[in-house]
Amino acid sequence: MNLSNFDQDAGLRRLHMMERIRAFEETARRAAIDEELVLGAIHLSIGQEAVATGIIENLRRDDYILSTHRGHGHTLAKGAQADAMMKELLGREGGCCGGKGGSMHIADFGVRMLGANGVVGANITIAAGAAHGIKLLGGDQIVVCFFGDGASNRGPFLEGVNWAGVFQLPILFVCEDNQYSASTLTSDMTSGNIADRARALGLRTTEADGNDVTALAATAAEITARIRETGTPEFLMAKTYRISGHTYFDPATYRPEGEAERMKATTCPIARLRETLSETGVSTDELDGLAQEARAEMDRALDAARDAPWPADETAFADVQDIGSPLQEAF
Amino acid sequence: MAVMSYADAAKLAVAEAMRDDPTVWCVGEDLGRGGVFKQYTGLVEEFGPQRISDAPISEAAIMGAAFGAAMAGTRPIVEMRFADFALCATDELVNQIAKARFMFGGQSRAPMVIRKPMGMWRSSAAQHSQSLESWYAHIPGLVVCCPATPQDNYSMMKAAIACDDPVVYLEHKNIWAHEGEVDTTKAVEFGKAALRRSGQHVTLVSWSHTANLCVEAADTLARQGVEAEVIDLRSLWPWDKAAVFDSVRKTGRLLVAHEAVSVAGFGAEVVATVAQNIPMKTLPKRLGSPRGLIAYAPNLEDQMRVTAPMIAKAAQDMMENEPA
Ligand SMILES: Cc1ncc(C[n+]2csc(CCOP(=O)(O)OP(=O)(O)O)c2C)c(N)n1
Ligand SMILES: [Mg+2]
Repeated sequence: MNLSNFDQDAGLRRLHMMERIRAFEETARRAAIDEELVLGAIHLSIGQEAVATGIIENLRRDDYILSTHRGHGHTLAKGAQADAMMKELLGREGGCCGGKGGSMHIADFGVRMLGANGVVGANITIAAGAAHGIKLLGGDQIVVCFFGDGASNRGPFLEGVNWAGVFQLPILFVCEDNQYSASTLTSDMTSGNIADRARALGLRTTEADGNDVTALAATAAEITARIRETGTPEFLMAKTYRISGHTYFDPATYRPEGEAERMKATTCPIARLRETLSETGVSTDELDGLAQEARAEMDRALDAARDAPWPADETAFADVQDIGSPLQEAF
Repeated sequence: MAVMSYADAAKLAVAEAMRDDPTVWCVGEDLGRGGVFKQYTGLVEEFGPQRISDAPISEAAIMGAAFGAAMAGTRPIVEMRFADFALCATDELVNQIAKARFMFGGQSRAPMVIRKPMGMWRSSAAQHSQSLESWYAHIPGLVVCCPATPQDNYSMMKAAIACDDPVVYLEHKNIWAHEGEVDTTKAVEFGKAALRRSGQHVTLVSWSHTANLCVEAADTLARQGVEAEVIDLRSLWPWDKAAVFDSVRKTGRLLVAHEAVSVAGFGAEVVATVAQNIPMKTLPKRLGSPRGLIAYAPNLEDQMRVTAPMIAKAAQDMMENEPA
């Protein structure tokens, strides 16, 4: 990399965000395994932090994102508070969703994060619709929709991407290609190439190294500016790798021996950015300090979550519907 | 008061709501040409193609995108063309729209009207004829309504558009052309049944077009000296238990009739709820389609039909088989 015009401040900011995402997930994993505090399955994005970080830094607070079952990184990067997120993972009062959604339904409408989704691919049409809403209301926001490589094999991928093209909507579809769909190698179950599908649907399509946060942020800056300017949808294929298992308890033995270790050594976006920052003169102490700060933040978030009460019993029936609410009649 | 068709009554409600609120819009296949049943005719001329929006044949995306647009601050009216095709958007409706407000801890709403033309229509066969209202009544988060008259198709459409919950709005395909008086000042509340006829001998509970058949059956019964009370539920969730209970307390006899398959139909829900609460003079009865499939040939199709004479006969049987 040519370091002569490397923006060190931006690099440090990005490193801090990626460390926060990693620390959030490692803390959550520890809380799940050691303390059994996290109740349901959680999907970690360890190794994929650059995608959330590099893309979302280009968004405004009033831009929208939609995410997947693997959504902690996107949510944090959009500006959600770690302690509210941790409480949600523990099913506690004060969680982003009041303990009703957990990891797979994490959402923070305050920062316009319109939800993770427990149904693979389902967020694609909804995201297109959020962009449709923006267009109808005459807004200048944009939408970013994150989904996995595996999701591109579901029907809503075709319907949602086509929709955005037909109506010329201000949306960026980001396929976060970590090579796997649960325990299946996605390429084994995919005919042709995913980016070609987007091209065939008429979307301007960019393929990028999803583990190089510096380059990805620059690419995403251009793309998001263009979408805001033209109101035209685009597609970004971000190649990355899921260093951890599908869920926090998945040993991922279906991967060829040594693959994860080799990929971790060569592709980890945090390690790569640290190396670049070192080369530009940032001390190891300073780099380690960012990681420590992130870990301390997430330890505090876990402490707060551990101490938080369960949601009030009566909230089980709240926020279902106004008309015919189960608070009034459930039988 | 004007006389208009069931289709035009809903169209008037949509047009009025769109004039009042610029965030209301309609989306579905072929809407720019008036929709397949002409229930949107003329609207694109007034509101333009953005607000009367055509859509690709992508039911999942129509439903999902409308939901996204609802979360972004608009109030979509979704046209599914046939209730049967809405099954292509089941995940979007059941897993996403119905659950979002709850799963996200009250952060979002889905103020949507989801129009699903339902029911038998001569020789439309198994994939264009179904009545699946009980499926939706089963899903927490959804309001379900089945208007049977032009008045209700006006008033309930108005209420559905104003509602902040997702409303599954099932119009019956066989009655688009039915005409009736429409009083545009008349409001209808979900969960309030319409008393279509008063009587003291037997309570007929129904909804959608079968409620009209119940009125017909009640006329026949009256000629035979039986006064039937006809309750048109209009909405299945919430449904007007109080009105049904009051009526059955008076008549002591309950017959529920609907076009959908009887097995696990909403009639079972009504009968069970009444049976748990109100003592009756005779065993309650439900009359629905056999658990068979709707065929193309009229003589086969008719075997799945609930008709006015069948309803009258079932009510008459209840009168005659009364235990001493
Ligand atoms: C419709 C649907 N089918 C299957 C699943 C189970 N499932 C959850 S995550 C997943 C893999 C998804 O792969 P991908 O889209 O590549 O995302 P990744 O997990 O790699 O982030 C599967 C099959 C689901 N949640 N929803
Ligand atoms: Mg994947």
